[in-house]
Amino acid sequence: MQLFVEQVINGIGNGLVYGSVALALVIIFRTTGILNFAQGEMALFSTYITWKLASESDGFGLPIVAAIGLSMAIAFVAGALIERVLIRPVEQARSPLNVVIVTLGLFLGLNSVAQLIFGTDPQLMPSPFPEGNVELFSSGGDAVVISKETIGLIAVLVAECILLWLLLQRTNLGLKLRAVASNPGSARLHGIRAGTMLMLGWGMAAAIGALAGSLVASQRTGFDGSLMQIIIVYAFAAAALGGFDSLLGAVVAGLIVGIADALTVQYVDAFEGIEVVVPLGLILVVLVILPNGLFGRRTVERV
Amino acid sequence: MSMPSDGTGATVEPALGTLPETAAAPAAAPGERPPLWPPLPRPVLFARIVIGVALSVVALYAPFYFTPENNRIISQAIYLSIAAMGLNLLTGFTGQVSIGHGAFFGVGAFTTAILMVDHGWTFEATIPVAAVLSGLVGMLVGFPALRVRGLQLALVTLALAVLFPRLASKYVEGAGGVALLRPRRAEFASLIDGLDDDQWAYFVCLAIAVVLFVLAWNLVRGRMGRAMVAVRDQEIAATTVGVNLAGTKVGTFALSAAYAGVAGSLSVMIDRIADATSPILYLQRSIEFLVAMVIGGAATILGPAVGAFLLVWLRRNTEDLIEGKEILAPAIFGAALIAIVYVLPEGVVGGVRRLLARLGRRSAGSVARPAPASASDVPNDSINPGGTHDEGT
Repeated sequence: MQLFVEQVINGIGNGLVYGSVALALVIIFRTTGILNFAQGEMALFSTYITWKLASESDGFGLPIVAAIGLSMAIAFVAGALIERVLIRPVEQARSPLNVVIVTLGLFLGLNSVAQLIFGTDPQLMPSPFPEGNVELFSSGGDAVVISKETIGLIAVLVAECILLWLLLQRTNLGLKLRAVASNPGSARLHGIRAGTMLMLGWGMAAAIGALAGSLVASQRTGFDGSLMQIIIVYAFAAAALGGFDSLLGAVVAGLIVGIADALTVQYVDAFEGIEVVVPLGLILVVLVILPNGLFGRRTVERV
Repeated sequence: MSMPSDGTGATVEPALGTLPETAAAPAAAPGERPPLWPPLPRPVLFARIVIGVALSVVALYAPFYFTPENNRIISQAIYLSIAAMGLNLLTGFTGQVSIGHGAFFGVGAFTTAILMVDHGWTFEATIPVAAVLSGLVGMLVGFPALRVRGLQLALVTLALAVLFPRLASKYVEGAGGVALLRPRRAEFASLIDGLDDDQWAYFVCLAIAVVLFVLAWNLVRGRMGRAMVAVRDQEIAATTVGVNLAGTKVGTFALSAAYAGVAGSLSVMIDRIADATSPILYLQRSIEFLVAMVIGGAATILGPAVGAFLLVWLRRNTEDLIEGKEILAPAIFGAALIAIVYVLPEGVVGGVRRLLARLGRRSAGSVARPAPASASDVPNDSINPGGTHDEGT
């Protein structure tokens, strides 16, 4: 029982990471209708920036929290620039596949530039959270032990989701962002600067990725250029499961994927080495039953 | 509904029987079915024959001109173009985006490798088996595609590409206990005297590619091709005019996967390896196919081949562009991709076609190509509001 609870909590930690990368994907998808394959590598690059700012030996030795904040700010600007310079000119062309190619080009480019600048050796990211474990509660004599890092990760990511929700649902800016997402032409007629909103969307997504990447890296014993490879696949899974246009869906689906994954690793020996079957199988089943995902809106199509 | 943009398609507006332009169209006797495609103007036909003959001569002479190493690289481009053609049938013509074709490619490669290494088959005999097996897997994936659409479908196929190497490394055991099979070199020896092994491999790839490209060309020009394009452009409208949606989608998925499987099978001959030790290799393959298709020109016949050769050439030249900075190669490659999409949004073949259309219009006015307007074309054009059918160039 105690093992089960521990695994679920670890799953929640991982699931929130998948969920927040999925959030970034969904924000970009909602505002621009693009599946950003470069999201993971954008996060990787920002993670390296955080590391460079924070590292005592190889970098500037800033406090880790300041480093993460600064890196998020840099990521925000870079994300907005990517939208303006690389995505928008291509987006106006006829085929949506072209944008896919641009994001794939970014994916390849960012990964190799990151490795060129920051090296291929595994690097150690300082953690913003205290070390040690916490005994949550005891059930039947066994104590449930959770590391403080996991708790901190969960707290930060939950706070991030709430802030994002407040921003989108309770502020004027959020209203404009949602208006552009739902109907760019109409929003423009109401005097909303659609282009600025699209840049903001990309910037926000990049900043979220920077936070998620930095936190994940701080949990590992070392990270390199492959940090986001599996995370991005799970995040895609979560985004698809959640229905692609729902922020809540992305987070919930991220949690489902994370918990399912953690429990499979622990309990299902038959899937050893292919744990990824479970989240992926889950997507397949859910999507066949609910083609728009768990939280996606049904769309009416006119002919 | 938008009007045809290039001026060659028939307008839909005039009522039946009152088309003023019908006189220019090939005359069809009452009761006789008019041809699906108008006959080509003589200069275009002539140019095509000349280019075709020249290309054939180059293709036949190439392996004797290049070094074995270069022959191997060209053969890689050929099997890549087969897979890209398969993806093109599915994504370019039928509009179902797949990022999972690497998995079908892998099924083909491992079918061939396992049959050769463990069961002692000859290489040539394994190709049909690889095609059928990967086609079956493709068909299975096609069924979810009946309900799951667009990006969600792309992600289901992405899952497939991620899953494949893991499944393979769990259930396939090659030398050293890892999922890596290497058939012996002697098994791919040339069957024709006077041809070296690399030349033989080149001709095997070329022959299969030619057959598969001609097959695809005929397919997209016929009834099936029209159904595919209709499904891509407007699914619901397609069903209302009697297109079998399920059959078209599942069939195209199966065929497309079979193409990728054949490519995988050929890759074993060229690279002498079937490898599932890298967790993202088959995802990278999927991306390669997609890139080859888009930069060559989606929904064209020659596009995938042009794209595949361009991709192999680009990768080859970006690899040793900067000495000592090999790690930058993917960045240059990525930048080149972005540049191509900037300059030629419709791919190389689409761009060339547009250029030719512009030249033709300038030199001969509007009579360069007879408008394919006849009463029978009207319903077809109303399925495809874009007006520009994708005819092989």
